Amino acid sequence: MKKLFELNADYQPENFKFTKVFQKKVDEAIALYPKGRQQSAVMPMLDLAQRQVAEEGAKADPVYGGWIPRAAMDHIAEQLDMAAIKVYEVASFYSMYNMAPVGKYLVQLCTTTPCWLCGSDDIVNTCKKHLGIGMGETTEDGKFSLMEVECLGACVNAPMVQINDDYYEDLNAGSMKEILDLLAEDMQPKTGSQKARKASMAQSGPTSLEEQAKKAGVA
Amino acid sequence: MLNDEDRIFTNLYGWESFSLKDAKKRGDWDGTKAILKKGPGWIIEEMQASGLRGRGGAGFPTGMKWSFMPKESDGRPHYLVVNADESEPGTCKDRDILRHEPHKLLEGCLIAGFAMGAHAAYIYIRGEFYNEGSELLRAIEEAYDAGLLGKNAAGSGWDFDVILHRGAGAYICGEETALIESIEGKKGQPRNKPPFPAMAGLYSCPTTVNNVETIAVAPTILRRGGPWFAGLGLNEKNAGTKLFCISGHVEQPCNVEEEMGIPLKELIEKHAGGVRGGWDNLLAVIPGGSSTPMLPKETCETINMDFDSLREVGTGLGTAGVIVMDKSTDVIQAICRLSQFYMHESCGQCTPCREGTGWLWRIMTRMVAGNATVDEIDQLFEVTKEIEGHTICALGDAAAWPIQGLIKHFRPEMEHRIMEYRKAAA
Repeated sequence: MKKLFELNADYQPENFKFTKVFQKKVDEAIALYPKGRQQSAVMPMLDLAQRQVAEEGAKADPVYGGWIPRAAMDHIAEQLDMAAIKVYEVASFYSMYNMAPVGKYLVQLCTTTPCWLCGSDDIVNTCKKHLGIGMGETTEDGKFSLMEVECLGACVNAPMVQINDDYYEDLNAGSMKEILDLLAEDMQPKTGSQKARKASMAQSGPTSLEEQAKKAGVA
Repeated sequence: MLNDEDRIFTNLYGWESFSLKDAKKRGDWDGTKAILKKGPGWIIEEMQASGLRGRGGAGFPTGMKWSFMPKESDGRPHYLVVNADESEPGTCKDRDILRHEPHKLLEGCLIAGFAMGAHAAYIYIRGEFYNEGSELLRAIEEAYDAGLLGKNAAGSGWDFDVILHRGAGAYICGEETALIESIEGKKGQPRNKPPFPAMAGLYSCPTTVNNVETIAVAPTILRRGGPWFAGLGLNEKNAGTKLFCISGHVEQPCNVEEEMGIPLKELIEKHAGGVRGGWDNLLAVIPGGSSTPMLPKETCETINMDFDSLREVGTGLGTAGVIVMDKSTDVIQAICRLSQFYMHESCGQCTPCREGTGWLWRIMTRMVAGNATVDEIDQLFEVTKEIEGHTICALGDAAAWPIQGLIKHFRPEMEHRIMEYRKAAA
């Protein structure tokens, strides 16, 4: 579960402003919705704020990941002509908006029943032990945070985790450790199935679409 | 078993690229203009003839849903909204359409939008599907560049825009009115109905919300004809093909497109490599995503996977997310974890759900340990009945049903757990 919003926490920065690059994306997001309905852009803008903070955090020492400071929400409220509380409400309602600083790599572990049946407990324990932190905690170097999340919609590739934007699927303790080790060195692990299977196809080979499978060379 | 030539999603596994070039080779965007030329009336009739029922869980007849939209605009724009907020535990089928077959979805948006007088479709994708959303955006760009979307879409004379809206982690936004609220830039809390979205939906305008799979199969149905689709499946009310997701304790978990009404046993054995440790090692199956009550092994022997067969045995097809549990499963814990899910995902609007899902989870946690009395099983059942039917949306029902299924089929197991706990404590 994500951390709660604390209005006056000492980690809240004084100011936030979208950079030129991000402001351009904000303007594009607002333009997607009908005139007078600019409030619809609040979700894309919160996402952009979090991504801008993540970019800044990647260059900081110690590093940190994307989260949404109160100042960013105020800035968004102003641009959309919304009451600030309305933006706070939206930001705290949805689980993907981090309301407090997180690690550069936010490891979101799915533990809902389909993943649990396939050994998500193992993956949770591996992560905790390997990183030396508990659920909801961040490593001292600011690199990793662990967060338990609900079903991420990749159930036939269970167990799985999401780290920042990427899914890592068909995990076991070994592949989970390898992924964490690569990220610790800021190297990009292979995303998707860690058992080298194609998407949601049965690992032993396709049971349908014979002709297409032959053409693709997987039959 | 479904013949390959009747399968719609020929790139389900992403063997080819999702690009327009490859999609066209697979038959997408073929004669779209001619389909639109036949007019909204013909499209809706053909969809009704196909027998297609919504693939998002409720199974409402698609053609009829489209016909509820006002025939003439009263000045307000009409909207099509596509529900790509796939979050029901056990379900991962729309993800494959979004990343491997996005052009089927986009062509479906144009056709469905045209049939209901909409000039715009909003696709609401769950925020976690970030990469899938980015691929979909590329497909949307391709379609605009090729003149298939935008002004005079596909040469039809109809202007049509597709806009991607990303969610941000809230299961409740899969409920259509919560989804609409979310697009409007609010918390995703369901609205009271009426008014129904067809009268006042997105921005208070006439709106139809359809699941990804529902929209993505429409172009193929219209190209091959309603009767072709209606001829597949178990019967006219349970027709066509369906994407199934088979997860949990099977040898080969996978997604597969099969005929509606395929026997569950055949689905598991032919496509998912069978139950881990053999069929006799089966304990229970959740047939249609976490909200649907589980089936014990004896029902699994003979049950068909379609709306009506599953309803007859007290459960549902839901999203066709089949979760298989073998005999090693702590079935009480499996359901307790779902109770935790619903507690986390309750939007907090209705008291029975906001408070009740917490009660359910806390009692279930004690049931897992056996730290309860036998009377409390009845109390637990009663709490589910106090939630069910007493909330604005179906999340309350969805939290109640898995526990009702557990008590119905595994009450002796729960009682046994309580006895064991007492013995150990004594």
